[in-house]
Amino acid sequence: MNIYIEFCYLAASILFVFGLKGLTHPDSARRGMLLAAAGMTAAIVGTLFNPEIVTREWIWIGLLIGGSIGAVMSIWMPMTAMPERTALSHAFGALAAALVGIAEYANHGAQMGTLKVGALGFEILLGCITFTGSLIAFGKLYGVVKGTPITFKGQNIFNMTLLAVMLGCFVYLVYDASAAAAFYIMMTLAFCFGVLLVVPIGSADMPVVMSLLNSYAGLAAAATGFVLGNNVLIIAGTLDGFSGFILSVLMCRAMNRSMKNVLFGAFGAVSETAVGAVTGTMREVSLEDVATQLAYAKHVVFVPGYGMATAQAQYAVRELANLLEGRGVGVKFGIHPVAGRMPGHMNVLLAEANVPYSLLYEMDQINPDLPQTDVAVVIGANDVVNPDARDNPRSPIAGMPIIEVDRARSVVVLKRGNGKGFSGLDNPLFFKPVTGMLYGDAKSSLTSLTQAVQEV
Amino acid sequence: MEQLVFDPRILMASLYVFALAAFLGYQIISRVPPLLHTPLMSATNALSAISVVGAIVVAGRHNESSISTWLGFIAVISASINVIGGFLITDRMLKMFKREIPAKPGDKKGNSK
Repeated sequence: MNIYIEFCYLAASILFVFGLKGLTHPDSARRGMLLAAAGMTAAIVGTLFNPEIVTREWIWIGLLIGGSIGAVMSIWMPMTAMPERTALSHAFGALAAALVGIAEYANHGAQMGTLKVGALGFEILLGCITFTGSLIAFGKLYGVVKGTPITFKGQNIFNMTLLAVMLGCFVYLVYDASAAAAFYIMMTLAFCFGVLLVVPIGSADMPVVMSLLNSYAGLAAAATGFVLGNNVLIIAGTLDGFSGFILSVLMCRAMNRSMKNVLFGAFGAVSETAVGAVTGTMREVSLEDVATQLAYAKHVVFVPGYGMATAQAQYAVRELANLLEGRGVGVKFGIHPVAGRMPGHMNVLLAEANVPYSLLYEMDQINPDLPQTDVAVVIGANDVVNPDARDNPRSPIAGMPIIEVDRARSVVVLKRGNGKGFSGLDNPLFFKPVTGMLYGDAKSSLTSLTQAVQEV
Repeated sequence: MEQLVFDPRILMASLYVFALAAFLGYQIISRVPPLLHTPLMSATNALSAISVVGAIVVAGRHNESSISTWLGFIAVISASINVIGGFLITDRMLKMFKREIPAKPGDKKGNSK
């Protein structure tokens, strides 16, 4: 054990903890990340002095290639593509952990002790499942894989069988570490299982899936730490694992669903049957109407959803909000925890468009304000404002906490067309007498609204 | 340096580290406001790229088969994508969060985008 290297790792671990601590407040967050980055540098530099290392050229080339790809991706990636980027980076992180594990086994797996090979098995399982699972999640977010749940007959039985065989290989491997066949079968099945796990999950459930994959990727790194006997890996991996776990629990709670239901429910398929059709007419409103309402309102609340991200409407919203504030209208933004495709998605987009975070309100903060709100503007959000979740116990989303825009004096819904939301549910909000529908692309609607308000 | 069979003392020490890190992680992460959940995810993602440490050793040590070296090399690439990319993009995001937007002139600058 080289004491200097161990000190580097200790310093890294402490810096990581301080780094995350910084994230508890927006003001200290950047400094915190700087500390964490310093910790990472310390860990990498320390490792380069590891006496086991005999050749360094591949390391430098690898760091250079990876670093440049990472830099390019992070500089030119638009903020709206953040969910895709995050999914992709979960895949990379998990792949690294899985490959280290495979290399370890290929090198001296047969001589490993029982517990060691057990830790290695966890690393391989988590790493491989997360790798392919994240790639599918990326595909769904990017649009190359169908966003709706993909199901087939006997899916659950098939998956369970696969899982059983995979775990069987794992147990056999722990029993006999030299059984290379068991190792490679387990690895292959884990790759397959990652695909099968994410394929039946609909795009609207992505916030949970993303958090869960985040958690797995971290735990894979922690398992690597057990295999290599390296504490900094255990600490960083566990922090990541728990962060992802907490986020997925929060996301599930925000949808009032259990983890099991999200993972195995194949949501879209169920919803068809359960709801009676909502009937009534939707009232379409004109641009001028909405502009007048907004211009003479006292309090306006904007509720963004995934539609704002797809239409890239965050700048247009900001313009309108600024104009209204300039006229003395009180403007707030109500953000539902699962609005968008990953935790905090809407906050990042609005921050990008220069909306100060003092205007961003969480669901529980904004709901008491809504009865005093003159106009609530829903921008490409659907399920998170669906009053059925509160009123109709038979609805598939019953019990999901919502932003209660229907309590506002008037509601304007910006929507591309009169289709259903991503979950395929009818939204009675659209049929309420207080609600006016403004059809069209969110971005151009908002831009025209801004002009119209100026003319009022 | 690396042991193939777990010394029970090391295993116990590792489990202590794991348990305490889990507890600490829970305490810290549950204090992160929902406002910063996306940066949190990309930051922890960068942290979990710490597997670069393992990858570096695998890529640089003497391996019995060259396949292991190759696997280590690819692992170094994919982990370092996350190290650099993760920290840079987290900083890019955090830079955007402002409590108040300074008056109107600064605001006009934002319009140009």
